[in-house]
Amino acid sequence: MLAWTIYLSFAGAAAVLLTPKSKPQVTRVVALLAALAGFGLAIAGTIAYEPGSIVTVAQVPWIPQLGIQYHLAADGISLVLLLLTGIAATAGILFSWNIENRVREFFAFYLALIGGVYGVFLSFDLFLLFVFYEVAIIPKYFLIAIWGSAPNGDTSKRTYAAMKLALYSFAGSALVLAGILAAWVVSGAKTFDMQVLAKYPFPVHFQMWAFPLVFVGFAVLAGLWPFHTWAPTGHAAAPTAASMLLAGVVMKLGAYGCLRVAMMLFPAGLGAWGFHVLGFGSWRDVFALLALVGIVYGASVALVQQDFKFVIGYSSVSHMGFVLLGLMTLSQIGLDGAVLQMFSHGVIAGLLFAVVGRMVYDRTHTRDLKILSTMHLGRTLPFVAVVFTLAAMASIGMPGFSGFIAEFQVIVGVWHTMPWMVFVVGFGILVGIGFTWRALTRAFFSDGKRATAAGPPEHGPLAAVTWPERCGSLLLLAATVTVGLYPQILMNLILPSLNSPLFAALRNGGWR
Amino acid sequence: MSAVSYSQLVWVTLPEIALVVAALAVLACDGTVLRGAAIARRRGVAALLACVGSVAAMLLVGSGPASFHLPDGMLVMDGRTRVVQVALLVLTILTVLLSEAMLTPAAEGVAGGKTAFTHHIGEYFALLLFATVAVLFLVSTQNFLLIFLALEFLSLVLYILTGFDKQSQLSTEAALKYFLFGGISAAFLLFGISLIYGLSGSIDLSQIAVAALQPDPLWMIAIVMVVVGFGFKVAAAPFHLWAPDAYQGAPTISAGFVSSSSKVASFFIFAQVLTLGVFGAAGSGMWHGAAPGWVPVLCVVAALSLLLGNLAALVQTSLRRLLAYSAIGHAGYLLLAIIAHTPQSTSALLYYVFTYALTVLGAFGVLAALEAQGIDRIADVAGLSRRAPFLSACMLVFLLSLAGIPPLAGFFGKFWLFGTALNAAPQLGLFWLVMLAILMSVVALVYYLRVLKQIFVADVPANAGAIHSGLVTRVTLGVMAAATVVLGCDPGLLIRWVVR
Repeated sequence: MLAWTIYLSFAGAAAVLLTPKSKPQVTRVVALLAALAGFGLAIAGTIAYEPGSIVTVAQVPWIPQLGIQYHLAADGISLVLLLLTGIAATAGILFSWNIENRVREFFAFYLALIGGVYGVFLSFDLFLLFVFYEVAIIPKYFLIAIWGSAPNGDTSKRTYAAMKLALYSFAGSALVLAGILAAWVVSGAKTFDMQVLAKYPFPVHFQMWAFPLVFVGFAVLAGLWPFHTWAPTGHAAAPTAASMLLAGVVMKLGAYGCLRVAMMLFPAGLGAWGFHVLGFGSWRDVFALLALVGIVYGASVALVQQDFKFVIGYSSVSHMGFVLLGLMTLSQIGLDGAVLQMFSHGVIAGLLFAVVGRMVYDRTHTRDLKILSTMHLGRTLPFVAVVFTLAAMASIGMPGFSGFIAEFQVIVGVWHTMPWMVFVVGFGILVGIGFTWRALTRAFFSDGKRATAAGPPEHGPLAAVTWPERCGSLLLLAATVTVGLYPQILMNLILPSLNSPLFAALRNGGWR
Repeated sequence: MSAVSYSQLVWVTLPEIALVVAALAVLACDGTVLRGAAIARRRGVAALLACVGSVAAMLLVGSGPASFHLPDGMLVMDGRTRVVQVALLVLTILTVLLSEAMLTPAAEGVAGGKTAFTHHIGEYFALLLFATVAVLFLVSTQNFLLIFLALEFLSLVLYILTGFDKQSQLSTEAALKYFLFGGISAAFLLFGISLIYGLSGSIDLSQIAVAALQPDPLWMIAIVMVVVGFGFKVAAAPFHLWAPDAYQGAPTISAGFVSSSSKVASFFIFAQVLTLGVFGAAGSGMWHGAAPGWVPVLCVVAALSLLLGNLAALVQTSLRRLLAYSAIGHAGYLLLAIIAHTPQSTSALLYYVFTYALTVLGAFGVLAALEAQGIDRIADVAGLSRRAPFLSACMLVFLLSLAGIPPLAGFFGKFWLFGTALNAAPQLGLFWLVMLAILMSVVALVYYLRVLKQIFVADVPANAGAIHSGLVTRVTLGVMAAATVVLGCDPGLLIRWVVR
């Protein structure tokens, strides 16, 4: 049943191309129905799911000569991310209701991207996973390059950002491809099945170089510092729905790959090298530190941005640092927190980008915090201000929202394993509160006294908030509040899966 | 040595005979009955005859003897050779069908638009068929003398096809360059063959293989000569210099034929010569255990082709030169399969070269359809997706397949090729070369995306109208694009034919 999330998305992509060009409303409705259907299937799959099990959705030989199977399956971790994809896809379509230029192509690329993302989260065959992972690259490029935001009619920035994003993704996936092929050869060139490979005893010296290769390859897309630079430019240049997807689910593709492929197949790569270089004793130390740098660096850079969208873009780097740091704790609570943070950040970042890109920029046509601070948006757009305030509270990790329970678990995991890092993480969180507060007050609740001498720029009355925007906002807010108040609904999926035989090798290799 | 009866010889060469008959029929028809007819009419009849001949040849290949082996390896047929021959005939049919776009006298009133580039319709199709005869012979022999003859026959026809546009200076220049380089490469090849003959006393690959087991420094010189000779044919760096000019100057469909059919046949016979003939002198290209032989030589050639082809393609402004440099890069990927020289890698080579030929011919087909509008540079295709949505969609499929994006055929080709290359040497010995190839495929994405960016992202220039293309061209391109997608989604369709 879950396989239909993929098929329906691709079918939807084909269907929107067949809708009449003169009726964009039909196109939008068809796209929304496809996304809703995927979301509904993900919910249904979650309800029917038996915690801890692995649901095999499809398993047929595909290319038997190479041992490639068409193997779709889901465990709790996949389901969490499927739910996230469903939510983000639906909300993204609601927030791109106002796209007027080449509507059919937009939704076709959008749904093709969604189909690829569903596919990655459902693949239990390395080849298949890689196929879906790359399928998702090209639509991203076109979404940004064609419909991206072009301040003052300057399109060079968005084509630059699109190419940068495509190249970073493709370069990362090149490393992954090399690692996958090497794993296939070393295991006897018989199978790409992850359930089989997870049990295969790869030689430790092989894992020692295959792990960083694959981990970095995926982590590029998860925004690992210093490979994160595609993220802020890409997020800022993308159209709202694409920013929401980039931050919401595409970055999760990378983090998911890190966990599902790099850590699950090559757990010994996290073990100690047996010697120390600059205080690093294992790849785990290296990546934990990079994740930590990402948290603080992303937050600090976000603190000084003038561009509202770049603030959110860098905040994504910071919040994805929590995911990677949680993975590197190698503890049950840390990994649980990391997966929860994937969900939480997906929803919250989606909401923040929706506010910045759709609700504010499309009305005011500026993302400059200085100019926005003169507009009294808190009074003119009260709904938007409320949404952004709630999203900001969720983003800084207020209890009651999903961000709190996720980051809290990561920090507990870090405290158990790498205690000194907790203080740096704490500092990062404080900076995070700082930039969120700054953006919130400047954009919405400024008294306008610091306005430029020329006075506020001329603009007509701002358009009212439309129904699709309200629905999308409520959907995302409901998701973050539900998980924040009752995290068990996701933790009951994640924890038993972390204890499943798939991760046995990881647990045996120094689980704390 | 047992004698061969003529009846047997005729029996095994029936497909080639059918093609020659078709070629003569095309010439005769065009020269007599249709002498005064309109170009469109002459084109239709000639294409029809050429297709009938090719289909007949295909049926004859299919129904002919499943395997035979004439003395001295003069003509050898086995299951795999048959598959290659059928693939070559399919490519010929596609080339003939795509010629429609080039030989249409329409496109009047378009600025910079071209009319049909030649009035010698019959000769053009006859030459295409003769070239097909040459490639069929080329792939079905394991005898150095016949290999050389077939290769020269093929080259001669291709020189003419390259210079067929008599009004174009570029075309003439391209043909001259191609001819000069081809002549030199033939000299190298012949020198290598003569050395090998002197060393082994035979021109039959299977007997040479026995002699090559005894290492001798002179063998290396001979093999390097052969590699240089074939290197020119397959346009591998540093023997690639003719390719960009030939691709740019030649009539588009001729260039498509050079890059598809001729490439398939040359690579197949190149692999045959090295893996059957001089297998014993292979050596090793492993990073920590290189041993002298032809493998390390090919490793260097492959690495150079990958680097030069992909990096030089980044700065091209002409679409056809871009495809030429990308062809050099693809030659580098294909050499990986010869370097691996395992039975599986030859299958991977065939899969890759078939799908490559299909997609690159498709890309040239799109260019041919656009050429009638005077489009050649990358900047000219700006906003094409609004002017010609169908052609643009086909181009998207072809270029992304060349770039190796799933789920298209080119992706699986690369995946399998890299996998077998990695699997060939113990302890991942060829990892360095595979890694280089993978990284170069990232570079390749840049220039393919640059073209696609112009097509899909850039704005439509003012006063540019819709572009119309012929029905045959559109159907052919649509079928080819669909085949690219289907072969990528279910590679098993082709795999079971190329695996021996």
